[in-house]
Amino acid sequence: MADGWGPRILRVWRADPVGAFWQALTLGAGYNAALVTLGAAALGFAAGSGGSFLVLRGRALVSDAMAHATLPGVALAFMVMVAMGGDGRWLPGLLLGSALSALVGLWVVGWIARATRLPEDAAIGAVLGSFFGLGVVLLTVIQTMGQGRAAGLEGFLLGSTAGMLRQDALIIAVGGALVVAAVWALRRPMTLVAFDPGFAAATGWNVGRIDMAVMAIVTAVAVIGLKIVGLVLTVALLVIPAVTARFWTDRSGRLVWIAGGLGALSGYVGAALSASAPDLPTGPIIVLVAAGLFTVSLLAAPARGVLAAAARHHRYQAQVHRRQGLLALARGDAIAERYTLRLMVRAGFARPDGVATEAGRGAAARLLRDEQRRAVARDMFRAGPPADDGLMPVERLFTPDQLRAIDARLAPRAVP
Amino acid sequence: MSGRTATPDLALVQPGGAAADDALARGAALAVRGLTVSYGAAPAVFSVDASFPSAAMSAIIGPNGAGKSTLLKAALGVIPRLSGTVQVAGVPLDRARDRIAYVPQRASVDWDFPATVRDVVQMGFYRRLGLFGRLTGADRARTVACLDRVGMADFADRQIGQLSGGQQQRVFLARALAQEAELYLLDEPFAGVDAATERAIIDVLRGLRDDGRAVVAVHHDLATVRDYFDHVFLMNTRAIAEGPVARAFTAAALEAAYGGRLGATHLAGLAG
Repeated sequence: MADGWGPRILRVWRADPVGAFWQALTLGAGYNAALVTLGAAALGFAAGSGGSFLVLRGRALVSDAMAHATLPGVALAFMVMVAMGGDGRWLPGLLLGSALSALVGLWVVGWIARATRLPEDAAIGAVLGSFFGLGVVLLTVIQTMGQGRAAGLEGFLLGSTAGMLRQDALIIAVGGALVVAAVWALRRPMTLVAFDPGFAAATGWNVGRIDMAVMAIVTAVAVIGLKIVGLVLTVALLVIPAVTARFWTDRSGRLVWIAGGLGALSGYVGAALSASAPDLPTGPIIVLVAAGLFTVSLLAAPARGVLAAAARHHRYQAQVHRRQGLLALARGDAIAERYTLRLMVRAGFARPDGVATEAGRGAAARLLRDEQRRAVARDMFRAGPPADDGLMPVERLFTPDQLRAIDARLAPRAVP
Repeated sequence: MSGRTATPDLALVQPGGAAADDALARGAALAVRGLTVSYGAAPAVFSVDASFPSAAMSAIIGPNGAGKSTLLKAALGVIPRLSGTVQVAGVPLDRARDRIAYVPQRASVDWDFPATVRDVVQMGFYRRLGLFGRLTGADRARTVACLDRVGMADFADRQIGQLSGGQQQRVFLARALAQEAELYLLDEPFAGVDAATERAIIDVLRGLRDDGRAVVAVHHDLATVRDYFDHVFLMNTRAIAEGPVARAFTAAALEAAYGGRLGATHLAGLAG
């Protein structure tokens, strides 16, 4: 923390925590803090967009093994650099080491899954645990060596922006930009392979190579994110923005960039919070911000959110009652439930004493027709569209030729 | 012909007679030579020669586990071949990718994937567009036209998870149409679809054939073979018979492919 901005912010924080956070959020908390905040945003965008394809391909956990497998590489790179008489904490060297050992970890996961009959999740568990364990042991060895300014390597576990230099932020920003460029360039084949690998292969894409590209993108995110997020929580920054984005869109083309935006927002706000409270590790704060966005989306998203689902259920209940009320009118039955009658009166379909109005009789006749078509459709198509809630008009559920087939069955003589 | 057991060597394909067929294979829309696929010890497809004519609808037929889908996928390079060559209109597979359209089994993908019907059809353009090509207005119009041909134009903006099985199959067919190919390979296109969809699909496929394209489908419903197809290829791990339906879809060949699994009366009814 000797590098300047930490202690200064700490003094401000004690006096005025909200002000300190606001200062960091508006990039006013000093040059280094601003760099870190912008770097975290770039990293978040890269993680969100790159992680989307990982999630769509259903391989999120592989990235967890890969991220944990960076640790031995960090430790070994440190040892090698010290042995060669250099500064063990030189960031590009550490990142190179971490990337190499991440790739070894990925290769081992793939090899175990290929060469043995073990499922991939078992391979992931084995690699994650053993590589991480090896890394922790190596870190302990480095500490007992007591040279080369070992302090700070633990920062790679959970992320730490303390003592971050301008060139570190630059590495993160440039690396993040390269990752985003790769995501953009490969978006089509990666989408195709995630949705339908058989079709992708049949149209001449090399599925194995595209899967490797996804893992390379994710590895790059993990490596450039080591300093800010740390290796333990990398998987969260890759996965959470993508699953959050899923609440807001039904199209993968948009999901990728929404996830990028959510990741960037998490990184930016998280780093600003961390800058105003420098005793906390950065990674967990960024991930908690991402988790907060996830929770908000889970509750409030328009179509897939929990609140929208509750509202939909309420609307559905009203529609079911209305439909039953109209069917009762069509059959000349009395409307049984008070709630139903209230809805019918409000819709102008019945008088308060339960007698149908003109509008009510018309609506009932139309509904009866729909009901007949529905009965035929149930008979003809063993499984209808999953979108069918029992209420949606038949016209919206079936294609024109399917509708013609239904109507032909309904009135064989009326259709030529 | 009903009760008599055919001896397998009456089957119409003689392995090794490939040289004489070479001229035929050059004119074929799809020709496979010596194709073997094996995951472990027992091969799923063994040393199969097969050719499928253009301007015709061909069915690949055989019992469950006969390797029909495997043959199709291996011919496309979706799964690795142990041996064998594949030619499309006389050209090796890798130089003919633009001429092939493929409809995988509907159940092979996750339909909860975030995509609309339109998105899936446009995947048919991805090969031509490559990494950086832009989707043009003509492509967008073509997307709608392909959906219209399968009766799904009104469904373009639906999320694919909201479709019924038959509608999903139509979307896959529309994507294959978007590929503008000469050879259409379909894996069980009628499996689990409603009767209206089956008619819609067969109409589209007949239109392709009448346009001079080749249609090859893995097919499991023996009762419709005569109605739908011009050419059949019967197999059970190995090739059993191939040729025009009238000549190759015989009780003897069916008996050889299905063993005792088809009753005598059933056989007589099918091949009659």
